[in-house]
Amino acid sequence: MRKYLVAIGAIAIAAGAVSAANAADKVKACFVYTGPHNDGGWSQQHDEARLAVEKHFGDKVETAYVENVPEGPDAERAIERLARSGCNIIFTTSFGFMDPTLKVAAKFPKVKFEHDAGYKMAENVSIYNMRWYEGRYVQGQIAAKMSKTGVAGYIVSFPIPEVVMGIDAFMLGAQSVNPDFKVKIVWANTWFDPGKEADAAKALIDQGADIIVQHTDSPAAMQIAEERGLHAFGQSADMSKFGPKAHLASLIDNWTPYYIERVQAVLDGTWKSTDTWEGMKADFVLLQPLQNMPDDVKAMAEDTIKKIESGELQVFKGPITKQDGTIGIPAGTVADDKTLLGLNWYVKGIDDKLPQ
Amino acid sequence: MRIILERRPDHSQTMVLLSPVLAIALSLVSFFIIFAVSKIDPFQALYVYFIEPLTALWSIEDLLAKAIPIILIAIGLSFCYQSAVWNIGAEGQLAAGALAGSIIPVLQPTWQGPLVVTAMMVMGVLGGMAYAAIPAVLKIRFNANETLTTLMLVYVANLFLDYVARGPWRDPGGYNFPNSRAFDEGQMLPIVAGDSIRLSIVFVIIAVIAAWFLTSKTITGFKIRVLGMSPRAGAFGGFSRNKMVMMTFLISGGLAGLAGICEVAGPIGQLRTTVSPGYGFTAIIVAFLGRLHPFGILIAGLLLALSYMGGEGAQVALGLSDQTTQVFQGMLLFYVLACDSFIYYRLKIVRQRAVDPALAR
Repeated sequence: MRKYLVAIGAIAIAAGAVSAANAADKVKACFVYTGPHNDGGWSQQHDEARLAVEKHFGDKVETAYVENVPEGPDAERAIERLARSGCNIIFTTSFGFMDPTLKVAAKFPKVKFEHDAGYKMAENVSIYNMRWYEGRYVQGQIAAKMSKTGVAGYIVSFPIPEVVMGIDAFMLGAQSVNPDFKVKIVWANTWFDPGKEADAAKALIDQGADIIVQHTDSPAAMQIAEERGLHAFGQSADMSKFGPKAHLASLIDNWTPYYIERVQAVLDGTWKSTDTWEGMKADFVLLQPLQNMPDDVKAMAEDTIKKIESGELQVFKGPITKQDGTIGIPAGTVADDKTLLGLNWYVKGIDDKLPQ
Repeated sequence: MRIILERRPDHSQTMVLLSPVLAIALSLVSFFIIFAVSKIDPFQALYVYFIEPLTALWSIEDLLAKAIPIILIAIGLSFCYQSAVWNIGAEGQLAAGALAGSIIPVLQPTWQGPLVVTAMMVMGVLGGMAYAAIPAVLKIRFNANETLTTLMLVYVANLFLDYVARGPWRDPGGYNFPNSRAFDEGQMLPIVAGDSIRLSIVFVIIAVIAAWFLTSKTITGFKIRVLGMSPRAGAFGGFSRNKMVMMTFLISGGLAGLAGICEVAGPIGQLRTTVSPGYGFTAIIVAFLGRLHPFGILIAGLLLALSYMGGEGAQVALGLSDQTTQVFQGMLLFYVLACDSFIYYRLKIVRQRAVDPALAR
């Protein structure tokens, strides 16, 4: 008997979904993570936003996720499985999921897809990402103020535009405070490898860096800075607990406002394919908590954040000179998004050769 | 009363076949207990894991797609392992095949059609063979331990692939992102069934049958086994150990290379910085679970693919961690190895300590 009741219920729900045309009573929001959901960085920030979505919408939303999905054919299968399991909106949270997302999206025109960090869109595929470089600029200013040696060490993952953008923005911020500031770079060629990241931090410190910045995900570098009595910036999540004395500020990914907005759009039936690239103004990128720095440095950082939020300060505003001395961005112009998304040159003063 | 392991006078044929079955059964029982302890309905979990992926056509297709590279590689490895050549570097040979096979579609994007695809496959096989020939020569010429050389060459191949996809072969229109250009349909294996089953499934069927024929019906298969079990006996029989080392390496390298190019010219559709999530290593489990027998490998490969599929389903349906799948695969290998001890040993229950009559007084 119970079986029949369930079946009748299911039919009723299905009929309800059809009659409501666009607006939905309930949304199933699904997520694909490249790492474990509790990796302490990138994937965890996405998962926390997922939990925030659940909390915000209560009964109106159901969520599911697949974690540790390798990029490639496995990604396509994982996304397709979610699409088949009745997800209405699927967030794929790694650059490498771009082509798989598009392939699955073509097969499931009614499901909405949201791909993070890519550049290909479709009728039912939106893209979204964060302007981390805004936070990097502020980090550069703080570093230039706090450094005694005038040298920062920067641990980076892969030479893709997003990473190069971060390095350049950091240097531009630092140069705005100290034109002679130096940045040394180590390519770790990984997003997450605590051993390698720790070694990179040690090597940079031995070369005279007294501030460590990272574009990799583990808190290893923070711990090394703490051991050596130096300073460091955290990445993706708040890393202050790994370096109570060393931690200056973490560049935090806050996906919650975007995920809530997009799920709401599906509920309202107003979802459209969009290209979202937001930074500090929309509270996507947070630089928190500002600590272990004198009040004047903190005040300067807060002031810069305000200027970035109001649009008064544009990070990539000309004149900007390339490493080789040629003009990167001419005076009076601000680099457009297309230029930034294909950025493959260093600004002047960076002590490294960009791997090509 | 105590239990002892006693060496059998002769190895047990029954246990050779029974061991994997027993291992699977024990894994399922352990799984059941783990689920029950963590307050997940074990019946539902086992259903999601092992039955549900078989209930829909699309998921059977996915399962086959996942099993194809694993089975291809495992078939090749079975030749090595039968002749006691411990090639554990199929992952690297796969990358070499993927690279060699991608030369045409990346450098000559306008060349397309069946001939080009055939050439890609041949080059993939040759690439894998050439890469496997390195440890083979090292072993024959310098007696270098192939377990070490093959494993180390995996890292060399993967880093070289990474360099190529990131550097010279990077898609100029790809915003600096590290991929080659996407292949056109005329540079990929044709789809032969359903939505996504490509011609590579035919390669698997041919490989399984050819391997079965070669090992059980030809003198070559006999030589491989003799040299594997007793190199000295093989030498007396006039079989060349060195030739056999080279041959098994070329077979396994060629099949791993084929698996690599089939992935690139199929499900992936472009050359990436990594082309395999560890198929070369999973295939080692499959080869042993399948008793180094082609049909056994076919079944074992499908079972491992099933556990991957079920693992994803369990994440979505039950919110189980992805680690659960790895626990299952680990348990399976552990139980196979444990059960394998019973091929050569048997349990004996000794009821009473043997009493020496001389001491009894």
